[in-house]
Amino acid sequence: MNPLQSRRDFLTTSASGLGGLALTHLLTQETHGAGFTHFAPKAKRCIFIFMAGAPSQMDLFDHKPKLNELDGKKMDPKLLEKMRFAFLQKDTAVLMGSKRKFTRHGQSGMWFSELLPNIATCADDICMIRSLYTSQFNHHPGQLMMQCGDPNFGLPTMGSWINYGLGSENHNLPGYVVLLAGRGSSGGATLYQSGFLPSSYAGVRFRNGDEPVLNLRSPAGIDAEAQRRGLDALKDLNSLAHEQARDPEIESRIAAYELAYRMQTAAPELSDLSGESQATLASYGLDRKDPKNGGRGRGSATTWGTFSRNCLLARRLAERGVRFVNLIHASWDHHSNLDPELEFNAGMCDQPIAALIKDLKERGLLDETLVVWGSEFGRTPLGENRRGRKANTGRDHHPNAFTMFMAGGGVKGGLTYGETDDIGWAPVSNPVHVNDFHATLLHLFGLDHRRLTYRHGGGDRRLTSLTRESKVVPDWIA
Amino acid sequence: MLRSTSFLAILGITSLSSPAEPIDFTSQVQPLLNKRCAECHGGVKQKGDLTLTNREQALQGGTSGDPLLVPGKPAESELFRRLTHDDPDERMPPKHPLPDSEIAIIKRWISEGATWPEHWAYRRLKNPNVPPQASPWARTEIDRFVLRKLDAAAIPPSPPAKPTTLLRRLHLDLTGLPPTVEELEAFEKRWDEDPEACLETTVDLLLTSPHFGERWGRHWLDQARYADSDGYEKDNARPHAWVFRDWVIQAINEDMPLDQFTIEQMAGDLLEAPTPDQRVATAFHRQTLWNREGGTDQEEDRVKRTIDRVATTARSWLGLTVECAQCHDHPYDPITQREFYQFFAFFNNANEKAIQIPNKKGGRKQEVHVMIRNGQRKTYLLQRGDFLQPDIEGGEIKGGGIAFLHQMKRKDAEAPTRLDLANWIVSPENPLTARVLANTIWMHLFGQGLSRTPDNFGSQGSAPSHPELLDWLASTLVSEGWSRKKLIKTIVLSNTYRQAVRHRNDADIPEMDPENRLLHRQNRRRVEAEIVRDLHLTVSGQLDHRIGGKSVFPPIPLDVAAQSFANNYKWKVSEGPNRYRRGLYTFFKRTAPDPNLMTFDCPDSNISITQRNISNTPTMALATLQNAVFHEAAQAFAKRLLTQRGGRDERALLTHAYRIALSRAPTEKELTILGKLLEDYQQHYQDDPKAAEALAAKWIPEGESAISAAPWIATLRILTNLDEFITRN
Repeated sequence: MNPLQSRRDFLTTSASGLGGLALTHLLTQETHGAGFTHFAPKAKRCIFIFMAGAPSQMDLFDHKPKLNELDGKKMDPKLLEKMRFAFLQKDTAVLMGSKRKFTRHGQSGMWFSELLPNIATCADDICMIRSLYTSQFNHHPGQLMMQCGDPNFGLPTMGSWINYGLGSENHNLPGYVVLLAGRGSSGGATLYQSGFLPSSYAGVRFRNGDEPVLNLRSPAGIDAEAQRRGLDALKDLNSLAHEQARDPEIESRIAAYELAYRMQTAAPELSDLSGESQATLASYGLDRKDPKNGGRGRGSATTWGTFSRNCLLARRLAERGVRFVNLIHASWDHHSNLDPELEFNAGMCDQPIAALIKDLKERGLLDETLVVWGSEFGRTPLGENRRGRKANTGRDHHPNAFTMFMAGGGVKGGLTYGETDDIGWAPVSNPVHVNDFHATLLHLFGLDHRRLTYRHGGGDRRLTSLTRESKVVPDWIA
Repeated sequence: MLRSTSFLAILGITSLSSPAEPIDFTSQVQPLLNKRCAECHGGVKQKGDLTLTNREQALQGGTSGDPLLVPGKPAESELFRRLTHDDPDERMPPKHPLPDSEIAIIKRWISEGATWPEHWAYRRLKNPNVPPQASPWARTEIDRFVLRKLDAAAIPPSPPAKPTTLLRRLHLDLTGLPPTVEELEAFEKRWDEDPEACLETTVDLLLTSPHFGERWGRHWLDQARYADSDGYEKDNARPHAWVFRDWVIQAINEDMPLDQFTIEQMAGDLLEAPTPDQRVATAFHRQTLWNREGGTDQEEDRVKRTIDRVATTARSWLGLTVECAQCHDHPYDPITQREFYQFFAFFNNANEKAIQIPNKKGGRKQEVHVMIRNGQRKTYLLQRGDFLQPDIEGGEIKGGGIAFLHQMKRKDAEAPTRLDLANWIVSPENPLTARVLANTIWMHLFGQGLSRTPDNFGSQGSAPSHPELLDWLASTLVSEGWSRKKLIKTIVLSNTYRQAVRHRNDADIPEMDPENRLLHRQNRRRVEAEIVRDLHLTVSGQLDHRIGGKSVFPPIPLDVAAQSFANNYKWKVSEGPNRYRRGLYTFFKRTAPDPNLMTFDCPDSNISITQRNISNTPTMALATLQNAVFHEAAQAFAKRLLTQRGGRDERALLTHAYRIALSRAPTEKELTILGKLLEDYQQHYQDDPKAAEALAAKWIPEGESAISAAPWIATLRILTNLDEFITRN
């Protein structure tokens, strides 16, 4: 279906008529309104922390003492028969134990490695899933699989679907905001695209620096008064055109300019952290500098500080009702130098993510804010023995099993779900396909993944696969 | 979908038929069967050996042996019996009985004879009889088809658009550039003398403009998923991709017949003694993405690219979603999995290769990446579409067509080639190609196709609002030598095209034709991303009108360029006139495209797109109000206007600005509003000379000052932000 048609559908099925129409499709609010959920929602907004590149689960969450024992040994060749790897040479590959110390945390005794001491203190709010698997083992297709539910191009991302389904609660900010730290990811802008949904459902990137949204700042010589005056005339002229043409699209345009004007105030206000207490700023670690021995993750010397700031901005966005925040950091693709690189990245994200969860909780926002930490796939228990490399210091891509965690938004805290075998090769209980994760995510928002559809190219499309039966995981839901 | 709209949408035109009219299978029954039954009784699963997605198979019935349909007798028809059975174990669909309204449709359809016509798009193309001229309005054949439907619905057509509106419409539709004031004046003069002759001359001029090829070339490049980089993580630059883009522009400017246009892009290399241009044409299939991420299986990616070539060919020419048949038979259309691999076999034997061709501008040879033949590779059916699971036992699959369509003539049945495929696509027996191409041309001139799913003419697609008109257009396209330009001319000279865009709320029209499916008016729509740029640069006088050449790098924000993977590509901003080229020449970096394009719904070129989205967002408003490119255009526009001030007073100068920007004079009301704004700004910048300096900067024409120029910049900035400015009315 094209936007004209869907708007028309809205018009014909809505009592609000032309006046209400002006507001539709703008930052996506009121397209459907919050009343359109399929059942009572638990979560109202989502902060998705996307660690692009595939973090090593057995060095962070999935404790495998047996793997350490088998360090340097070959693994059962049967398991390798049908496997394909990016770089790993099957015939000579050997298992690689983790150098990390693991301990249990919280009432639930959830395992965390020493790299995440702060996140570990949130154990009882965390729902840890260790049995995810995906169909993709290259980055960009894998990232699309996670964000869009399918490895192909041209599809909407999770944030687009949720905004399409629910609209935004904030009338001055976009419903889908993207925050980036460090270098670019494999997927680039496709990780927050709206695909075949109208671009009003695409993620809007918030930037660092004094212009938080692209083109937010008026040109030199146009002050607020000149801007307002111009926009008033613009509104009058567009209204005259509307009287003539009676095209509701003109009303949308008028509203879009008004919203743009409001964003000019709302977005800088969002990024202005002067009202935050010193204690808050310190808890997120805003003034942290990258350690000198940092890995590739740095991209600039300020990755740690930027990531901290993004986490704080994510809370401020959630506070303002922004439906979906996609917080992206690339550089978890540790084929070599795993130990120092992972230390750098974990150091970057541990403190601010823990601060975010606690801050949301203290402000009473965590119940309705779903925080998700995850990536496109996991890493191999085998050390990567790429041709021409002297030592195994990293791990290859592994789609069979990986770990993600969630907090808040109606998920069960203190739950460790799913289990992998002794070496973390594959799930031995409760395997969760990426699409099952998507189905559950939508469920938390009160949306049935089979019914949240959009007609495109003659078919009803959705976030989950049309050919595979995806299942909501009821165990995760509090 | 959350509302029941998807269903309403499929039934789109149902509301147009009155209760007395018989049930229409295509628009009322088939969507229902597809939606409610095809999941178990379609191409993927055939429970009880029953398939309900096409006539032949459905009428065979299932294993039960009971007749599926007894015309006139619902109670004896197994279909109806099962839908209404009291026993939940017998009733279909299991667990979810159909709503009464849908059962009623099926019942009435069977009572009325259960006619199951051949699918509209698969019927052999015949030139339909043109309805008689019912009124003077119905001047052309197109108008007669349109008026017949409007008359049946008792909706009179809209009055014609104002002449200058029509002029701007034609300019934007045919070249994507607004008329200059000189063109506007000449047009007005000729119109007063003889409107019909004036219009025809205008259309002829626009069709011969070299900008025609840019405008219509860009439409085609969307379908070709053209870009200047590989895509995926590495997203390496393709420094020679533009050679194909220029081929498209030139072919369209020369009005290369669409059958030839097809053959050269499919198989130019296989023609006898192919010219360099014919080899370049095959780069259509070189536009696929290429994943060079470390550790990718290159064979897997090659298969993926090949599948994309099959899918793109089928969607762009045949309106078929054959890619649905890569893992299993097509769920809704009569295309088997084996047939998918017959199609696949043609492209499986094509390789990408860099060749040298003579440089048109002289000098060194030009490199370009094209497709060449590789006869070595054998094709097998890939089980579940997995390249690691070829069905060797099933035997080698040779290139071939789709059985339910016409037969494919193969020069050598042992070694069919892409040329056989190309000839099959453009064969006069092919019911799809001409319909698909004609519908797409119509879509670019009305904003909507007659079928609203331009790349899906299968049973899940939308049936055309005017099937006979579509057939007439398709037949005319073929009989007029597959000329794109002739068909466009025929369409734009019709009264249907010339109608005003005004939404009518008289005579209950919105009730009766809310989506304008009956074409009771023209459709008003925002121009595409590239044209937004072109419009701003044209009125500012900055546009560099040169055609073709290497892609260019207008300024984009540094942090956008830096978002390419690991910052692996440097965006070196073009200098001089190349900063001001038309939007279609902007270097398209797939993972970090120019936000000024993406904000306005430019496709990301990762997949073939026939129809673009049109959305309306605050980020668009921010772009045209604040972005450096558009702001500089407002500054240049003011400088240009003030240079032409002459003896004009402010009202006259504002009127002149309106004519430059919108190809019309302002109304008195508009002039008052804009005049007042200018006055306010004059006071504002009088009071704040520093702001005036900042705004006028280096854009002060001779004889003016910052204080006199700044108010004009601020005012014209608003004029070029009007909804009308970026709208094709």
